[in-house]
Amino acid sequence: MGAGHHHQLYRPGDTVVHRLPPQCKLPAVAAFAVVVVATPRDAFWAFGVYALLLAGVAAAARVPARFVLRRMVVEVPFVVFALALPVIGLGARVEVLGVSLSVEGLWAAWNILAKATLGVVASILLAATTEPRMMLLGARRLRLPQTLVQIAMFMLRYMDVILDEMRRMRVARESRGFAARDVRQLPVLAKSAGALFIRSYERGERVHLAMLSRGYNGSMPIIDDVGASAASWAVAAVLPVAALATAALSWSLS
Amino acid sequence: MTPPPSPPSLSVRRLAYAYPDGTQALFGVDLTIGRGERVALLGPNGAGKTTLVMHLNGILTAGHGTVEVAGLPVGKDTLGEIRRRVGLVFQDPDDQLFMPTVREDVAFGPANLGVRGAELEHRVREALERVGLPDVADRPPHHLSFGQRRRVAVATVLAMRPEILVLDEPSSNLDPASRRELAEVLRSLDVTVLMVTHDLPYALELCERSLILSGGVIAADGPTREILADDALLAAHRLELPYGFAVADRPS
Amino acid sequence: MHVPDGFFNAAVSIAAGAFAAAGLGVCLRRARRELDDRTAPMAGLVAAFIFAVQMLNFPVAAGTSGHLLGGTLAAVLVGPYTAVLCVAVVLLVQGFFFADGGLTALGVNITLMAIVTAAVGWFVFRLVVRLAPRARAAIPVAAFLGAVVSVPAAALVFTVLFWIGGTAPIDISSVALAMGGVHVLIGLGEGLITALTVSSVLAVRPDLVYGARGLTAPLVLRTAGGDTFVAPEPPPAPARSIRPLLVGGAVVAVLLAGVVSFYASSSPDGLEKVAGDKGLNAQERGHALGGSPLADYGVKGVGDERLAVGVAGVAGVGITVLAGGAVFYTVRRRARQPAKAGA
Repeated sequence: MGAGHHHQLYRPGDTVVHRLPPQCKLPAVAAFAVVVVATPRDAFWAFGVYALLLAGVAAAARVPARFVLRRMVVEVPFVVFALALPVIGLGARVEVLGVSLSVEGLWAAWNILAKATLGVVASILLAATTEPRMMLLGARRLRLPQTLVQIAMFMLRYMDVILDEMRRMRVARESRGFAARDVRQLPVLAKSAGALFIRSYERGERVHLAMLSRGYNGSMPIIDDVGASAASWAVAAVLPVAALATAALSWSLS
Repeated sequence: MTPPPSPPSLSVRRLAYAYPDGTQALFGVDLTIGRGERVALLGPNGAGKTTLVMHLNGILTAGHGTVEVAGLPVGKDTLGEIRRRVGLVFQDPDDQLFMPTVREDVAFGPANLGVRGAELEHRVREALERVGLPDVADRPPHHLSFGQRRRVAVATVLAMRPEILVLDEPSSNLDPASRRELAEVLRSLDVTVLMVTHDLPYALELCERSLILSGGVIAADGPTREILADDALLAAHRLELPYGFAVADRPS
Repeated sequence: MHVPDGFFNAAVSIAAGAFAAAGLGVCLRRARRELDDRTAPMAGLVAAFIFAVQMLNFPVAAGTSGHLLGGTLAAVLVGPYTAVLCVAVVLLVQGFFFADGGLTALGVNITLMAIVTAAVGWFVFRLVVRLAPRARAAIPVAAFLGAVVSVPAAALVFTVLFWIGGTAPIDISSVALAMGGVHVLIGLGEGLITALTVSSVLAVRPDLVYGARGLTAPLVLRTAGGDTFVAPEPPPAPARSIRPLLVGGAVVAVLLAGVVSFYASSSPDGLEKVAGDKGLNAQERGHALGGSPLADYGVKGVGDERLAVGVAGVAGVGITVLAGGAVFYTVRRRARQPAKAGA
């Protein structure tokens, strides 16, 4: 889940990918993910094309492979799950290196690994080239519900503040010799969680007062905005359209 | 105090307030602050300082008495204009800086007043220049130092061009350098300032005049130097100068 | 717990997305009633809190540790509708900013971890509070039970979704057993920490616990004729507590009907087989046809129109709701059987 330093997810840059308006990038990535998921799993070559497309985006955005690989650890729990599938799967079985594996399970493992990995890399590239606040602007331009976008805005703003409070509480616990070993320590952790909730809630109230004090009347003013030209939309469409063409070919072949 | 010719920046008359649970916090506060004055409001914890501040821009509504800002009474129908005239700077800048970037945060107030476009840009730049931080506009607030965040918090209300600036414990948690920088900013402003604090040296440094709020009423009102020199008065209201601090020219 | 891309086929992903969008729409309107113009800052701070406590690992048994999902905790603390919004925003942020949970699986993730946990947890919580002789004292117990039930409930819905459109060839009953077994354990941990957290908040700021509203002790009036008790101001009536479940249930039915009807219309015998053999045979049959029938179906049966919608992005969600709703009314009876068999 990558700690609370969301600013580390973003790699500042001035490339064509960075400059694309967020309202173009968000649907492009989402559409790409949908196309990938809809691709038949036996079209190996199609997944190769998708990987090349993402590599192209990464190169254009000057995001090094090292950065992407390091961030891919979020995928690990499902890699473990996927690797278990051939063992516990049903149906016809084959012997691989003396281990009996399910054919269907192997297919399923490949299917999940390939699609999940492509999805994760696409999301990583999106986050790496789009500032969090631009992501919010894009979401607003896409007419996502105002309240939802604002909740996300406040969450992103105060995530680090609250994680810091949590860290301080942990230091205070541990400096008095506390270690969470088993269930008996749960009450202490829960007290911390309770205290954290009260602090968060009270901060929410203070933030609301601060907003009222500066003339807030229930709706957030639109201060910043980014327009998107037809050209931007066209550039952003390259990724999903190329993917869709690939997928269409794979459907007609299968 | 000679009465100022135009209506005073702030005029509080016989203000009393009890919380919904019945606890009464204010018992008839009377105070007047003239245009351009810098006044310190001193008082021990629990004296009702924060409760009083919450009345100044109508977050709390008076149980009895009136609050007027530059002649305009605080009431339901005047809230919008009152909140423009009274700039409240909260104690924790993290509460005040809630937008993703400094620029959006400073723009929040004027934008709520309907200011847009180039005029909005101008206000943001001007406010940040006045607090000596013209270059931080595009940074996220949590990347600034604590002292910078407090100055940006001042900028967020300056951008609304307030009649009176109300600061809650402005010097708390500041290191000596940030403390001095904030003092320089406050001294350079040409607006009326009401500073709520128990940092007595800071009050002496910045404010000619001080009020002591104690037990829900104004217990003393006079030149800061004289109030801080009156040991008996300070002791009666749980106020203390730091160890080794002496007010110069103490009248004996 | 965060489902990645590729786990469910396109049809289930999109249908779950439609369900999640509809659920969020309901919650957005209701949360305004819970919090009025404070909605955005309060829910934002609570979302940040949920995000933080999800990182708080707690020991479950020797050597293993779990972390909180937080749906029930949030529902008890800030109300069910706000809770759904908070957890959903946490999931959206995790998906878009941390690449945690697939973008196409967002609908599934929001449905499971925000809507189902909060709705089920809140429903059980209210039920226990109402049945308990001393409501105030029952709150931590009710929170415990709500959280304990909510986690396997989410696992159950996951299993049903998996049965409809999972891409992995596992026997549905073993999925149900494994998911159920593991999640009863996780649920116990979730329940314990939820109950303890709620009671610690209750001890300090009882006024902040949404689920405890209207349960304050009666006020005593001392008069000449002796003490009389009066109830404090009437509670802002959390009486619509069953509503989220009803609304949720209705939309789940629409969702199931919408997805299942795709199969029903094109291969009715396949549907019967799925219902009869708990999905085992369907997989083998699909295998015999070469490739997963479900994954393929998501492409061929749904057709270019649906894919075009997918490319258009969010817009597809609304169309799916309409389509699913229309189908629901026509195939209602047929949809019920498999839904029951799945549960």
